[in-house]
Amino acid sequence: MSTIESTPSLHRSLGLTDAEFERIAELLERAPNDFELAVFSLLWSEHCAYKHSRRLLAAFPTTGERVLQGPGENAGVIDVGDGLAVALKVESHNHPSAVEPFQGAATGVGGILRDIFAMGARPIAILDSLRFGELDSERQRHLFARVVEGVGHYGNCVGVANVGGEVEFEPAYENNCLVNAMCVGLLPVGRLQSAGAAGPGNLLVLYGSKTGRDGIGGASVLASQGFEEGSEAKRPSVQIGDPFTGKKLIECTLELLDNGLIVSLQDLGAAGLASSTSEMASAGGVGLDVDLSAVPVREAGMEPFEIMISESQERMAAVVEPTSWDAVAAVCRRWEVDATVIGEVTENGRLRAFHSGELVGDIPVETLTEHAPRYDVERERPARLVDEPSGAGEDPGTPPEAALRALLAAPGVASRRWVTRQYDQLVGSGTVVRPGGDAAVVRLTPSDRAIAVSLDGNGRRTWLDPRRGGMSAVCEAARNVACTGARPAAVTNCLNFANPEHAEVGYELAEAIGGMADACRALGLPVVSGNVSLYNEHDGRPIPPTPVVGVVGVLEHAELAVRTAFREEGDVVLLAGAGATALDGSDYQKVILGETAGRIPEPDLEAERALHAFLADAAGRGLLRSAHDVGGGGLAVAVAESAMAGGIGVRVEEAPDLFGEGDGRVVISARRADVPALRKLSGPVPLKRIGTVGGGEIAVGPARVALADATDLYEGALPRIMEGGA
Amino acid sequence: MKVTVTVRPRAGILDPQGEAVRRSLQGLGYAASDVRAGKVFDLDLDVADAREAMKVAGRIAEQVLSNPLIEEFDVAVQESVAV
Amino acid sequence: MSVRVAVLAFPGSCDDRDALRAVGLMGAEPVRVWHADPELGGAAAVIVPGGFSYGDYLRPGALAALSPAMGAVREHAAAGGPVLGICNGFQVLTEAGLLPGVLRPNAHLQFRFQDVALRVQRESAWLPGMVAGDTLDIPVKHHDGCYFVTPGQLEELDAAGQVLLRYVRNPNGSVESIACITNAAGNVAGLMPHPEHAVDPLLGSDDGRILLQGLLDQAVAVEAVA
Repeated sequence: MSTIESTPSLHRSLGLTDAEFERIAELLERAPNDFELAVFSLLWSEHCAYKHSRRLLAAFPTTGERVLQGPGENAGVIDVGDGLAVALKVESHNHPSAVEPFQGAATGVGGILRDIFAMGARPIAILDSLRFGELDSERQRHLFARVVEGVGHYGNCVGVANVGGEVEFEPAYENNCLVNAMCVGLLPVGRLQSAGAAGPGNLLVLYGSKTGRDGIGGASVLASQGFEEGSEAKRPSVQIGDPFTGKKLIECTLELLDNGLIVSLQDLGAAGLASSTSEMASAGGVGLDVDLSAVPVREAGMEPFEIMISESQERMAAVVEPTSWDAVAAVCRRWEVDATVIGEVTENGRLRAFHSGELVGDIPVETLTEHAPRYDVERERPARLVDEPSGAGEDPGTPPEAALRALLAAPGVASRRWVTRQYDQLVGSGTVVRPGGDAAVVRLTPSDRAIAVSLDGNGRRTWLDPRRGGMSAVCEAARNVACTGARPAAVTNCLNFANPEHAEVGYELAEAIGGMADACRALGLPVVSGNVSLYNEHDGRPIPPTPVVGVVGVLEHAELAVRTAFREEGDVVLLAGAGATALDGSDYQKVILGETAGRIPEPDLEAERALHAFLADAAGRGLLRSAHDVGGGGLAVAVAESAMAGGIGVRVEEAPDLFGEGDGRVVISARRADVPALRKLSGPVPLKRIGTVGGGEIAVGPARVALADATDLYEGALPRIMEGGA
Repeated sequence: MKVTVTVRPRAGILDPQGEAVRRSLQGLGYAASDVRAGKVFDLDLDVADAREAMKVAGRIAEQVLSNPLIEEFDVAVQESVAV
Repeated sequence: MSVRVAVLAFPGSCDDRDALRAVGLMGAEPVRVWHADPELGGAAAVIVPGGFSYGDYLRPGALAALSPAMGAVREHAAAGGPVLGICNGFQVLTEAGLLPGVLRPNAHLQFRFQDVALRVQRESAWLPGMVAGDTLDIPVKHHDGCYFVTPGQLEELDAAGQVLLRYVRNPNGSVESIACITNAAGNVAGLMPHPEHAVDPLLGSDDGRILLQGLLDQAVAVEAVA
């Protein structure tokens, strides 16, 4: 084996600290060679090792009745009844998207899909949560357009319906766009797959695309540094996705699994072969011998370390028994997917890499995974945080009607149809409730059962109060799911934060996670998977703390799904829940008052839980004609949205608080005759009649807008900004 | 033999992609009055000589690489450099 | 005796599973035909489904049109058998020369998903029970759905009554808002909208059933003659 030692500062240019380098030498009982150093630099990067977050993440509840697989595998999996299970995960692809928005977003989708089918699940839904700077700059409009194109390009081509997500625009994200992609997959309970390699003597098979130089020094290393001027130089490291191969990979993998040909399965994501092999070996408590010269390569003259850490997309690693190899090769051939034996499972607990017969790297597997450093974050409460609400009131110079019109047309509130019409929402024949409302509902065809799924976060509000913001993100996502009549069942989350080595960010991280954990516990929602993206900052300007929460809920009968649209003249409009509200952190404060200040209200977790249970009970009995979460823009916007969705007007007389925001409130509508039954069912949940469906106008307290005007403002906002026309 | 097939939109056919590029160029200050977007295919054919290569490439271009309704093509054999 | 309907599957096809399901919901027997198979498994009708066969590489449908299964479809069509091309399937049929014209990128250059209203142009075996002026609601979801033919070909299509459906509001720039056409013989039809995604009222419109019934009716008629 090569005994050339690394040059003294090489480890630093690879992102390792001196202390980390010394620790590596200690663990190996010698200095690492260049190849090994490259592997450590990636496996011990923040992106792969979660150095600064792992200790904090222990706060999340991760177990529950439905949990078949918690954190630690490619995705979390829950039992949804009827012999069916659902895999879920959300992941970030922030830094690659800032460098190359189309491919960054596309490969983000590609990567999350692979995490799902690596569990043995057929992907059935994609959601995307996106954040950019304000759309008044050409650059931001360009980023937004290209990211959406990239998400659509990959998702549409692989044939997985995109059913939801969100977009937030804040100046703080100008140089650090956020692209979080979530995927949900369906599998029979018996097909649940694990990544842990097993069976010494078994073969390691690499299948999918050839390996090139994509992303070398890519995702992992990029993600461990903020951005400075000259980040264009990082462009050659960007990964290029091929959704056609991605689609073939899905079908090929599911067929291999259905034929019982796979012992363990892992996708190749950040840090490519290096991380897949270490994770497979570590999870299985075994070793792996890998012959890098057997890896099919796309470019000539690739060095061993390049092959090892390449992030070429659309590749999977599987452990198969030697007797299965012929059958595996035949399935792959049929799907026109290259498959090659590149290694073997061993008993020695070491990851050994060979090239042309020479041993180029020899690392005890645990040093890469178990012994990766874990750091405590220093915490210092940011000076900007205040304990008291600002006491802001509505602007006396802006009539409520004008405020409502301005909010409906505000990019942060307006219809996202400009985005969602670029996505296939129907492939798979399962989408019962399409994007545009609260949560999407996807039937688990051929079962009658369905899942509801939502992906939500709010950087602006979390910036004002990290703990409450974390709680609120969980509450909002769960509430959106509950509005369809489904019972929230599990959480996946993506934590987007700035540099954790700064004590203020450390505080934000710890507090947000603490708030989220409290909410998850109170709502009975286990966190089964997730992702952390740190170092999101540019020239020292950090992003606001932005936890993004995905919730999946279960609906026993798809046909009972509830939508946000008002239905019929004469239906009664009620406000369920009485959560505290404030203008602090609201869209009104931002759009009308021109600022973000004060403190957001504390979510009442017990009341939230009761509200969700009430919605599921009421929906199950067919008592809800519509239900819509009161979110951005407050009650006035929620009522307007339900009216526009139904193409019918509404008169809300009781509306003392038009624009205040907070958790724990839902606008529902019901047949007049069903109101008594609803009241009986509501228990501790406040239920207040506020108005009636009907007419051609949206009237919420003093704010009145013609339905057609409101629709033009709401639906026309993004098309006008992005295309100069509807 | 190395042959290059260039496929272009037929004259008069609307080319929205070329048009989109033209608009972007104008936005960047370039005086581009027209842009047509095509495709280039570099083929490595197992044939005896340049004449055969032109013939085979032409057939490939007509049957597969272009859609005659909206595209036209031309074929050029790459000169090999004598070492 | 239920009608056997072949649904082709190419690498990259996505809506083949939806088409197989829709055929089953219509009471017919779906048969999946892999692109490499030169036979249609005794099917009396063929659906060439939607998706991104071969990733839309080269041109949408261009590579799929060259497959062995399409050879079998050609024979089936030549013998008068009904063939329905949906979205990518429509693209494949034009590339294979079984339908006139070509599908180009949407005029606005974006992938567009939306529910569209289609106006029936004339009575046809493809649209049982429908007369000129009736409308159907069926979703579109495509990037390259802008139908194009030369002016001369357009005149022929119009004159021969080969245009079955036009968009009420053109979502992609198709010439004369053409949404669905047939070949001269009338047994091969292609459209960009997805009838297989309009068969279940829970998911939206079920107007797609009309077109699928038309396909089944013609298959029965051809078998009766055979």
